[in-house]
Amino acid sequence: MGMTIAEKIIALAAGVPQVKAGDIHTVTLDRMMSNDGTTHLTVDMYHNKLKNPRIADPKKMVFIVDHNVPSDSPKTAAAQKKMRDFARDNGIDFWEGAGVCHQIMMERYVCPGELIFGADSHTCTYGALGAFGTGVGCTDLLYGMVTGTSWVLVPETIKFNLTGKLPEGVYPRDLMLTIIGAISASGASYQVMEFCGDGVKTLSVDDRMVLCNLAVEAGAKTAVFGADEIALEWLAKRGRKPKAVFESDEDAVYVKEYTFDLSKIRPVAARPDFVDDVVPVEDVCGVRIDEAFLGSCNNGRIGDLRVGAAVMKGRRVADHVRFLVVPASREVYLEALEEGLIDIFMESGAIVMNPNCSVCWGSCQGVIGENEVLISTGTRNFKGRAGHPSSKVYLGSAATVAASAVRGEICTADML
Amino acid sequence: MGQTIVEKIISRNTGKPFVRPGDIVAVTVDRVMLDDIMMPFIVDKFREMGFEKVWDPDRAVLIYDHLVPSSQLDDVRHYRAGDEFAEKYGLTHVHRSDGICHQLMTEAGYVKPGDVVFGTDSHTTTYGCVGAFSTGIGYTEMAAILGTGSLWVKVPETIKIVIDGRLLDRVMSKDVILRIIGDLGADGATYRALEFTGSCVDAMSVSSRMTMANMAIEAGAKCAVFTPDEKTAEYCGVTLNDFQRNLKGDEDACYCRTLSYRGEDFVPVMACPSQVDKIRNVSDLEGIAIDQVFIGSCTNGRLEDLAAAAAVLRGKSAAPFVRLIVTPASRKVYEEAAACGIIRTLVEAGAIVTHPGCGLCCGRTGGILCDGQRVVATNNRNFLGRMGTSKVEIYLASPAVAAACAVAGKIVSPE
Amino acid sequence: MEQFTGKVWVLGDDIDTDIIIPTEYLALKTIEDMKPYGFSPLRPELAGQIRKGDMIVAGKNFGCGSSREQAPEVIKALGIRCIIARSFARIFFRNSINNGLLLMEQPDLARDIREGDEITVTVNSHVSYNGKAYPLAGLPDNLVEIINAGGLVKAMRARNGLTD
Repeated sequence: MGMTIAEKIIALAAGVPQVKAGDIHTVTLDRMMSNDGTTHLTVDMYHNKLKNPRIADPKKMVFIVDHNVPSDSPKTAAAQKKMRDFARDNGIDFWEGAGVCHQIMMERYVCPGELIFGADSHTCTYGALGAFGTGVGCTDLLYGMVTGTSWVLVPETIKFNLTGKLPEGVYPRDLMLTIIGAISASGASYQVMEFCGDGVKTLSVDDRMVLCNLAVEAGAKTAVFGADEIALEWLAKRGRKPKAVFESDEDAVYVKEYTFDLSKIRPVAARPDFVDDVVPVEDVCGVRIDEAFLGSCNNGRIGDLRVGAAVMKGRRVADHVRFLVVPASREVYLEALEEGLIDIFMESGAIVMNPNCSVCWGSCQGVIGENEVLISTGTRNFKGRAGHPSSKVYLGSAATVAASAVRGEICTADML
Repeated sequence: MGQTIVEKIISRNTGKPFVRPGDIVAVTVDRVMLDDIMMPFIVDKFREMGFEKVWDPDRAVLIYDHLVPSSQLDDVRHYRAGDEFAEKYGLTHVHRSDGICHQLMTEAGYVKPGDVVFGTDSHTTTYGCVGAFSTGIGYTEMAAILGTGSLWVKVPETIKIVIDGRLLDRVMSKDVILRIIGDLGADGATYRALEFTGSCVDAMSVSSRMTMANMAIEAGAKCAVFTPDEKTAEYCGVTLNDFQRNLKGDEDACYCRTLSYRGEDFVPVMACPSQVDKIRNVSDLEGIAIDQVFIGSCTNGRLEDLAAAAAVLRGKSAAPFVRLIVTPASRKVYEEAAACGIIRTLVEAGAIVTHPGCGLCCGRTGGILCDGQRVVATNNRNFLGRMGTSKVEIYLASPAVAAACAVAGKIVSPE
Repeated sequence: MEQFTGKVWVLGDDIDTDIIIPTEYLALKTIEDMKPYGFSPLRPELAGQIRKGDMIVAGKNFGCGSSREQAPEVIKALGIRCIIARSFARIFFRNSINNGLLLMEQPDLARDIREGDEITVTVNSHVSYNGKAYPLAGLPDNLVEIINAGGLVKAMRARNGLTD
């Protein structure tokens, strides 16, 4: 019987010829990522709960400080110190201030065919390169770190057949929000979202990252694209080679199939406090905003900054709005600097921060206050995520966010 | 009898032929600076005092810097208080994310030589770099000025500090002012003005002078002043008038104390935890391991400071596991540093470059540390608990020294 | 002449404003909210121990550092009746006067005093401690005016024709 991409990756990691949805397998993990959201907890468990703590293979581990950079409190600093010391003592690759973990993982580590655990829900991003990345808690991560293995329940796969091409001024983020709106926040629970069809050929690896990254907002265990020429060329440029290149078999089993015509997608926004409360931007136009955020592992890459900068060029951020621009990584930042995008943002009155999770994670930068409204390219708009419980977060594309920052209320770029 | 610079400014301001130390006079205020962290308190006091309008909205400058970007839930309350006040009373000079107040006051041309300026921040002494009399006040007095346009001051005695000669390579004005604070002590200039003069001072850029005026408060000084010159005029975008050109201490002016230095005698120094006047030569501290370096603040976050750091960091990188945090002093500094490749050099060396603002210096976010950690920082204070817990050790240094320490992962001299 | 007696807390030299109230707490809504954090970097337990009418005796340069007026306000809110130090930093001095917090300079008391002891202050005259009188200087007239008005806010209210 045929297998899907996800099943093939799990089979390879489990060292078996065939797996099917519902099976439970022990797998050897290719890589594990942990960030400063929870690593200190993992380290505590490592020291306090294990009899003979050891790390199976430090080379498979990557620690990334990205959630609170620079540190905002002694508590944060102590947690990060624990992580730093552990990485140093155990020879673990360690990144701090270099960007959002998933972006760094994509730039530096992820290879097609790999099975990767990350102690962060948006680990599903790695599917953009044909890898199986999924978010786990720190207990799972600890087990993986110590044994090099874990168990997985083989998930069912939903096929998303993409056709056509996104119109001008419509972005992968609009597409993914539309999909989530259509299938709901639990529409892919425990399942894999596999993207295929002619439409995927129109999407760059960065675009695919946007789609995979948000899969967890539909409840998915992960999302995946086949590692095609676009992916392999991207990988080769970074001097990496795939572990394995998989396509789903003709007779692979899908639990469900959807078709989305990209040419029909329009700019959308997700309304507070749910990612699947998706409406055409026009429906929320005129909502006064206090803050706008362009960044995150979902939408802080060079293409997103280009879109934002094109809107901002020659324009000013509205007086009452704080517009945070936060590149997803140091690499993205340097590219934006080179292209003059940072200059455009600075000239426009934006607040340009160092690469990190920033207000998407709602901790130390751009925290919003009582009854304030944020429009964001971040991953989530849950109640209180960006600050005060009474505050509201709308999600939109880079173009919509930048345009709203200029207008001071939600609008689309072509309304300026 | 002759007058010091401060006496000249105050006597002109008050329309008197001369003033003497100890005189209590009411000055007419040329500018005020209001910062975000004090804004809700200023608004409350202003209202409580019963004023109906701001005496001259054009003379007030409102700057958000301590709380940018917001890091705590209540921070936006301060923006709101500021925005509402500005709207209600017609303040038009509002900077919401353009950098540190003291940098903006001079850089954006709000302060001119000879002006009398007050701000709700102790480092308001900075504006003496362009020959203004400026000092920090509390929010109650600020509210009173906003209503009346005047404030009483006691004319301070002046300490004259003469620095001749030239500074050695890799010695910066930060090393100079730290040494002077060490010599004066943290209360050595309390209630007094510092007046800097000499060929070494003349050769300094306005930015370098700013660093020194900025830190005068750390010796307790009421203010610190430099004679305006052509560099000042260019910086402020003015042609100096006779009064401004004549803002130098008269030969027969009366000084309560005079300190003389040779520029060549200054060496890289640090203020050790937790007193600003606990000054040691960097060469005596070499080898002390550090966790973090902070380059920024109204003391040392300007273009020449970032350039000095970049010169050390070019082609190198911060030591593993050592954070290098750079916070430019203003949007303009950031843009200029970006345009001339300094930002690139810093980022390639591993620096975390944040948006301009007070950053770590004011201890709310921007690289807070925990027990047992050590930071080398270019800002103005190393007080207990200022950058985290009371068990954080803060060493103050110049940007060149700080950058060298970042590369080494320990305290080293910039060579 | 105004006279009062109270228990003394003894602090050292260069008690800076970051010690009196750290920046971390400066954006709390009210002085009451900040009160528990008074002196926390140096003596975290102190704010809870101070009782109304207590006094602080300290060394030189008390209140050095920032212009934050929350510093004298927090001290006043904690119930401190007055501070007697070898010297005060300038901005702190002004802020205290403007808030009606009494400050007095005395060169020798800090050297002799023991924490927990009682002293009796006779304003503008002397401090009595252990059978000895420590002289106090008088305040300048313009400051007395502000204090007599009940602080700068009240002085301004009077100027604007408002009464309490």
